[in-house]
Amino acid sequence: MIEFFHVKRDVPFMSYGKLTTAISLVTFILAVAFLVIKGLNFGVEFTGGTVLEMRYEQPADLGKVRDRVDALKYGESQVQAMGTTRDVMIRLPNIKDKTSAQLSNEVLAELKKDDAKVEVRKVEFIGPSVGDELVTHGLMATAFVCLGIIIYLAIRFEWRFAVSAVIANMHDVVIILGFFALFQWEFSLPVLAGVLAVLGYSVNESVVVFDRIRENFRKPEMRGKSVSEVIDNAITATMSRTIITHGCTELMVLSMLFLGGPSLHYFAMALTIGIVFGIYSSVLVASPLLLLFGLTRENMVKPVVVKEEAVV
Amino acid sequence: MNRYPLWKYLLMSVALVVALLYTLPNLYGESEAVQVSSARATVKVDDALKARTEAIVKAAGITPEGVQFDGSSIKLRLRNAEEQIKAKDEIQTKLGEDYSVALNLLPRTPSWLTKIGGKPMMLGLDLRGGVHFLLEVDMKAAVDKALEKTAGEVRRELREKKIRYGRISRDREQVEVQLRDAATVEAAAKAVRRVLPNLTVTEMKEGSFKIVVSYSTEALSQLKSDAVKQNLVTLHNRVNALGVAEPVIQQQGEGRIVVELPGVQDTAKAKDILGRTASLEVRLVDEDAGKLEQALAGAVPPDTVLLYERDAKGGRAILLKKDVELTGDNINKAATGFDQNNQPAVDLRLDAAGESIMRQISRENIGKRLAMVLVERGKGEVITAPVIRSELGNQFQITGSMSQQEANDVVLLISAGALAAPMTIVEERTIGPSMGADNIDKGLRSTLYGFLAIAAFMVVYYRMFGVVSAVGLATNLLFLLAGLSLLQVTLTLPGIAAIALTLGMAIDSNVLINERIREELRSGMSPQAAISAGYEHAWATILDSNVTSLIAGIALLAFGTGAVRGFAWVHCMGILTSMFSAVFVSRGVVNLIYGYRRRLTSIAV
Repeated sequence: MIEFFHVKRDVPFMSYGKLTTAISLVTFILAVAFLVIKGLNFGVEFTGGTVLEMRYEQPADLGKVRDRVDALKYGESQVQAMGTTRDVMIRLPNIKDKTSAQLSNEVLAELKKDDAKVEVRKVEFIGPSVGDELVTHGLMATAFVCLGIIIYLAIRFEWRFAVSAVIANMHDVVIILGFFALFQWEFSLPVLAGVLAVLGYSVNESVVVFDRIRENFRKPEMRGKSVSEVIDNAITATMSRTIITHGCTELMVLSMLFLGGPSLHYFAMALTIGIVFGIYSSVLVASPLLLLFGLTRENMVKPVVVKEEAVV
Repeated sequence: MNRYPLWKYLLMSVALVVALLYTLPNLYGESEAVQVSSARATVKVDDALKARTEAIVKAAGITPEGVQFDGSSIKLRLRNAEEQIKAKDEIQTKLGEDYSVALNLLPRTPSWLTKIGGKPMMLGLDLRGGVHFLLEVDMKAAVDKALEKTAGEVRRELREKKIRYGRISRDREQVEVQLRDAATVEAAAKAVRRVLPNLTVTEMKEGSFKIVVSYSTEALSQLKSDAVKQNLVTLHNRVNALGVAEPVIQQQGEGRIVVELPGVQDTAKAKDILGRTASLEVRLVDEDAGKLEQALAGAVPPDTVLLYERDAKGGRAILLKKDVELTGDNINKAATGFDQNNQPAVDLRLDAAGESIMRQISRENIGKRLAMVLVERGKGEVITAPVIRSELGNQFQITGSMSQQEANDVVLLISAGALAAPMTIVEERTIGPSMGADNIDKGLRSTLYGFLAIAAFMVVYYRMFGVVSAVGLATNLLFLLAGLSLLQVTLTLPGIAAIALTLGMAIDSNVLINERIREELRSGMSPQAAISAGYEHAWATILDSNVTSLIAGIALLAFGTGAVRGFAWVHCMGILTSMFSAVFVSRGVVNLIYGYRRRLTSIAV
């Protein structure tokens, strides 16, 4: 039998509480700082504007393309390579009185002056009103996910579990966003979908640990142990599964990151970061939070009501 | 303890067979086809046309593999691209420009599969290339237009009833009429209520005297939904003219319309056609038989135009006066109704300007015919040419021997004349065909390699139970694909990503089970007991973790649009299928392997 993690004794995770909380706080604050200072590089879906994706037969000279696009004087536009050297992405702002078809034709005509064999692969135009709506919908969806999870966990476990799980996982989300802000990766709709999927997925992780904690509280051999010992045992017991599951999911996500092409790149990137931090946060953030909120055995195990039988 | 009752095995095999059947259509690929549909609103596609196109193709020496008629278009399945292009050219020249002939790809699904409802997955635009537009109907303009007409009608009615009125003003969502005293307020309110029964008329007699005519909330939402509906009809007609194989035209939300044109690359042309206005003209018929003969002979007399009646069989020629009496703009509403004899009829309502013209021309031309002409792409066609029986006001009926279907058609055509409200393009996406093919290729490749990597790892790490897990994961994929095909969910690139991600997450259930079995073995249980306890204990955890994932999926489905929705659909379905395959199916396989061994001393986990 292959076993990566055969730990004989429980790892005292809870005694690292101070350290892990410190690490979390620092990364969290850094992420928030990046978000505030640099902000997210929102995709065209959110900001409105036009994105063109062109393909050249030979590797494209980005500088030349940029000069050509600037010559059109559309205002703030971006030119960047996409995945390969032959694929170029051009992002243009919304321009009044010009439809996206006109825009793309003008750009294409201009670029053909350098290289007649350039091909338009994709044009995306988003009006300004749509973008605002997407932002509201995105925020609503996030709120709905958090609320839904809190309610479900509160019913299935206890409010302390619900709140710790959601805090732990929101911490992941903020860190993912922090990465996107720091590197100015494009934050598009699929990335948002990925982030929310990760939110649901990382909560799994907390649920698995919580399930174990509850089970442990009910076990007779755990009766004499302190709450933090019970939690340590639960984490140690589920650790192997945690690593393997996340490793497997990560295999799939990395496959998308490397093989999925530019369209899936940032989506896979968000998931990669989300999964890595998901492991960390559900084990080392959610559980200390439980302690912080004052979890006791009585919260989980209902005291047995002793029936008083009247003897006549 | 590790044996399923027979019905569970049966259920398992039935589910697998069904899933396999409905996944199959995706493997057959597509064959070249030519699609014939009507290019103009007035031309119908029917069985006769089916026979005609078949004959045309056969005459050209091509035998189509199959011919389908689905109510709105005829599809001929051909053997290769060469035949396809030849057939297209042949049909287009023979049928003329009344029909649009487009190249298409049809799934090569065998007919026995199609009969049981097997269809391949629908591919989104990002996977097959094409144009996507999101149009926003300008509701404010629609309401403005309606109010403008209301103000006109109120003015005319008051004038007719000889009620003195002051200023008539239009204010956001209502029309105000200043009046002199309480008596005129009552009289005016009564008159307006009679002609505009759908609207709310409020009388104001304190301080200033006026009536306020406004749309009730229902009337307003009716107005808006009518505007969107009419725009949808008009767009349908126009898109048909483009000759797109499988266009999607759908309402989205309250005032938005999605138009998806697969395969279309020329956005400029598409936009031009979508934004074009067809118009309706009302003209008098020149009843002089001699002039008609002259016109048919080729010499159209001055001041007249020769047009044809809309008819599948070519239609009668009608000579019309050149002057356009009324246009579609004068027609406020066209609806089907019934005449005195309870026969289907078309009710029309004109605006104030239209009414005074109509009154005059009908008074002077009783007994003559009036033609409704739909002008599309610069070509006019007579929709209907009824005889004027009496002087007509702002509301009148077109009656005569027509079926309900014909009445509906006339209404549709009259309404198709113009967009109810202007539309603006708020979103546009063009994806080249090479990009689409690339996306499919990359998406599938990354899913495949990810799957193989996970399967390999599981087999190495958990041995026999790893094999079972991999089988479970494969069945999950099968169920997911079958479900997507069966429900005809449109697969997009984010959808493929969701398949990959869902598979990556679904393995969690099996890892939980396998780890649990190991643990039970470690605590000294017998192999059979460990299997049973492992599955049992893991189940609660699997359920909990899947529910939280499902909550996220549902939120995405509820609040997402476009790309996010495509992702969410697959994600939610994948979570459901994974619970079934990872627990029920994998347990079944384990039971078959280990459940019937008497003395099981060790298991490979």
